[in-house]
Amino acid sequence: MPAEFLQFLFSGLTVGATYALAALGFAIVYNASNVINFAQGEFLMLGGMLAVFLLEIGLPAWIALPAAILLVAAVGVAVERLAIRPARGAEVVTLVIITLGVSLVLRGAVQMWRGTATHALPPFSGDAPIMVAGAALAPQSLWVIGVAAAAVALMWWFFERTRWGKAMLASASNRLAARLVGIRIEVVLMLSFALSAALGALGGIIVAPITLTSFDVGIMLGLKGFVAAVLGGLGSGIGAVAGGLLLGVLEAMTAGYVSSSYKDAVPFVVILLLLMFLPRGMFGAQAPERV
Amino acid sequence: MRLRSRRGGLAITGIVLAILPLLLPNAFWYDLATRAAINAVIVIGLNLLIGYAGQISLGHAGFVGIGAYASAMLTGRLGWPPIAAMAAGALATALLALLVARPILRLRGHSLAMATLGLGIILSMIFTNESQWTGGPDGLVVQPFSFLGVEIAGERQWYWLCAALLLVTLWAAGNLVDSPFGRAMRALHTSEPAARAVGVDPAAVKASIFVLSAVGASLMGSLTAHYVGFVTPQVASFLTSVELLTMVVVGGMASLAGSVVGAAVLTVLPQLLSRFEGAETAVFGLVLVVTMIAMPRGLVPTLRERLGW
Amino acid sequence: MTADALLEVRNLTKRFAGVCAVDGVSFSVGGGRVHAIIGPNGAGKTTLFNLITGFESPTAGEVCLDGRAVTGLPPHRLAALGVGRTFQTPQICADLTALENVMLGAHLRLRRSPIAAMLRLGGIVQRDHALRDKAAELLRFVGIGSSGDVPGRGMAYGDLKRVEIARALAAEPRLLCLDEPAAGLNPRETHELDELIRRIADSGVTVMLVEHDMRLVMSLSQHIVVLNYGRKIAEGAPDEVERDAEVLSAYLGAHV
Repeated sequence: MPAEFLQFLFSGLTVGATYALAALGFAIVYNASNVINFAQGEFLMLGGMLAVFLLEIGLPAWIALPAAILLVAAVGVAVERLAIRPARGAEVVTLVIITLGVSLVLRGAVQMWRGTATHALPPFSGDAPIMVAGAALAPQSLWVIGVAAAAVALMWWFFERTRWGKAMLASASNRLAARLVGIRIEVVLMLSFALSAALGALGGIIVAPITLTSFDVGIMLGLKGFVAAVLGGLGSGIGAVAGGLLLGVLEAMTAGYVSSSYKDAVPFVVILLLLMFLPRGMFGAQAPERV
Repeated sequence: MRLRSRRGGLAITGIVLAILPLLLPNAFWYDLATRAAINAVIVIGLNLLIGYAGQISLGHAGFVGIGAYASAMLTGRLGWPPIAAMAAGALATALLALLVARPILRLRGHSLAMATLGLGIILSMIFTNESQWTGGPDGLVVQPFSFLGVEIAGERQWYWLCAALLLVTLWAAGNLVDSPFGRAMRALHTSEPAARAVGVDPAAVKASIFVLSAVGASLMGSLTAHYVGFVTPQVASFLTSVELLTMVVVGGMASLAGSVVGAAVLTVLPQLLSRFEGAETAVFGLVLVVTMIAMPRGLVPTLRERLGW
Repeated sequence: MTADALLEVRNLTKRFAGVCAVDGVSFSVGGGRVHAIIGPNGAGKTTLFNLITGFESPTAGEVCLDGRAVTGLPPHRLAALGVGRTFQTPQICADLTALENVMLGAHLRLRRSPIAAMLRLGGIVQRDHALRDKAAELLRFVGIGSSGDVPGRGMAYGDLKRVEIARALAAEPRLLCLDEPAAGLNPRETHELDELIRRIADSGVTVMLVEHDMRLVMSLSQHIVVLNYGRKIAEGAPDEVERDAEVLSAYLGAHV
C-alpha cells in the first residue's frame, strides 16, 4: 500500500512541477499586465517540440535545450509586441480572444511544420528506475522536480532581490506610480512575457521524456496551469507553484485510486468546487467593490 | 435600441434569409447557411449573457452538448419523440444551470471565466467517458427530426426551419433587451450599485439570463444533433466553446446584428480557409488576432461607428 | 423612540479591520422634512449612508423603517420598502440613454419576467410606453427635459447627477437619500439643486442628505446630525447645531 501511494505521489509531483511552471508563467504575465495569456500552454508545447527538432538536426543536448528555451522566450516577446501591445486597454474579453487566437496560430504553425505525430525526448540520465521505499522512481522525475525547483528558486531570487524583479512587482501593484519613478513599463511587459515563455518552455522540455510531446499538448497543459494559478490566487507566485503541485498530486491520486479516465477532470472539478465555495483562491484576494 | 430600427433590422434579416436560397448554388452552401443560422441562435443567447449582462462563459458548448446527447440518447435508445427529447434536454440544462448559477455568478472576471470553463470541460469529459450511454469518443447516430408526424428532411426544409427560428429568436431577444428585465440586465453590466439601488436583485437577474442562454444553447444542440445525424463529444468541447465566444466578440458584443454577422462569418470562414490545406488553424487564429486588434468592439459596432449609423 | 419616525437608527456601528468607521450612532428621521448628515472628512457619513441603504451591513446596531427592523437587508429589498438613493460618484449606466436610466428607476413597478418580455405578454409594451412618458416628465422636473436620448457616457457631470435624482424619483420613494448631491457643482448649479430638493420635499418625499456644502445644508434642512470620527456629536435644528461648541471645534480645530 505505502509503496503504491509513494508511486502516485512521485508521479503526481512530477506532473505537478510542470503545472507549477505553467502556472507561474500565468501569474507573472497576469501580474505585469492583467492579461490571462491563454497561449501559455503553447509555450510548453513549443519548448518540447523545438528541443526535439534541435536534437534531431544534430545539436548536442547542452546547446539544444537552452537554445530551445531562448527561442521560445523570443516567441513570447514577439507575442507581446505583436498581439498584446497593440491591444493595450481593450476589454478583458477582447484580450482573451486575442490570446486564444495566438494559441491557435502557434499550434497551427507547429501542426504545419511537424504534423500531428508525437515525438519523444530522450530521458536526461537514462531510464533505469530508482527504488525508493518500494516505489519505482523514474530518474527523469527527479530531473523534473529538481529543475523546476531550481527555476522557482531563481524566480524568487529575481523578484525579491534584483532591481528588475522588484520593478516588475512594483509596476504590477501600481502602474502609474511605477512609471513616475522611471520604470519602463514596455520593458517590464516584454520581460514578463519572455520569462513566462521561458518557464513554460522549460516545463515542456523536462516533462517531454515522460509524457511525449506533440502539436496539441499545449491545450490541456495550459488550461491546467491556468487552474493551478487561479487555485493559488492568480498573481501569487507561491500560490501558483503550490497550486500546480497540489493539482498534480490530486490528479495522480485520482488516477490511481478512483478512475484513470476522469483524472483529467480533477483540476476542473477542484477549481469549480473551490470557486463556488471559496471565491478568493488559496492565497490571493479580490478587492471588494467600493461604492 | 429604438423600436423602429429593430423592426427594420428584423425586416432586413427576414428578406435576406428569404432571398438567400436563390443565391445558394448547391447543397454544400445550404448546409453552411443552416449551420450559420443555428450558430447565430446560440450566439444571440450567449451575447445576451456576455455582451449585455456583462458576464462571461467559457463553457457554453457544454450546454449544447447536453441538448445534443439528450436528443441522441432518448430518441435513439428509448424511442422518444424528438420534441420530447429536446424538452427533456432543455429541462436537464435548466436544472443544472439553476444549480450552479448563484454560486458561480457571484464571481467576476477570471474567476467566473475559470468556473464556466471548468463546468464545460467536466461536461465534455463526461460525454467522452461514459461510452455506455454516450457512445464515447465515436459518438452516437441520431434519428431524423420529426414533429407531429412530419419529418424534416433535406437541406431546404432544414434551412427554412432554422431561418425561421433565427427570426423568432431575433424578435424575442430584441423584445428582451428593451424591457424592464433587459434594462436591469444591462444596468448590472455597467453599474451594479445603481441597479441594486432601484430594486434589481443582481443574483436573480444574472441567474435568469444564465439559465435562459443555457437553455437556448441546449435546444439548438438538440436540433444540431438531428440535423447532422450524429453527435460526438466535440460538440461540447472547449474548442467549441471558444468558437462560440469568438463569434460573440468578433461580431460585436451587445449587438444582436453582430451576433448574426459573427456567426455567419465564423461559420463560413473555416470552410473558405480549407483551401490553405493544413494551415486553417493558424490562419483562423491570425484572422482572430488581427480583427480584435483592429476592431476591438467587434465588426458591427465598429462599422456602425465608422459609417455613422 | 419617536412615534412618527420614518427611519430610526439605533446604536449603529461598523468596524472594518482596525477602524471603527461608525460608532454607536443613533437618531431618528421624521417624515416629510429635509434632514442632513454632516461632519468633517472621514467622519463616517458615507459609511453611515451605506449602512442605512443596505450597501454595507452593520457590525452592531439596528435600522428601522416605519418601526420595522430592516437591519442588514440588501439594497434591492430596501428599495421595495421605499428607500431610494443617489451616489457620491454618479452611478449612471453609460450604455443606456438618460431616459432609459430613469426608466430603470421604476424597475419594481413593472413586470420583470424575461419570458413575458420576450413574448410581449401582459401589456408589458404598453406600460413601457407609459413609463417613457413619465420618465421624460421626471427629466423635465429635474431640469434636463431635452436630454432624453443622450447616452449616459455623453453627459456632463452636473446632468449625470440630475439623471440620478430623476431615476431615484421614478421609484416613488418615501425616503430619498442623497449622497453629496452638491459635490462638483458650481454655485449656479448648487442653487438649482437647492430649488430641486425643495420641490422634492414639497411633493411629500422625506429627504436625507450627506453634504459638505454648509450653505446648502443650513438653507434646506430642518434637522441636522453631526458626525465626527464615526460618532454623533450633535443633533438638532440648524441654528442649534451652528452654535454647538463641539461642532465648531470639530470643523475648525481644537481651540475656538
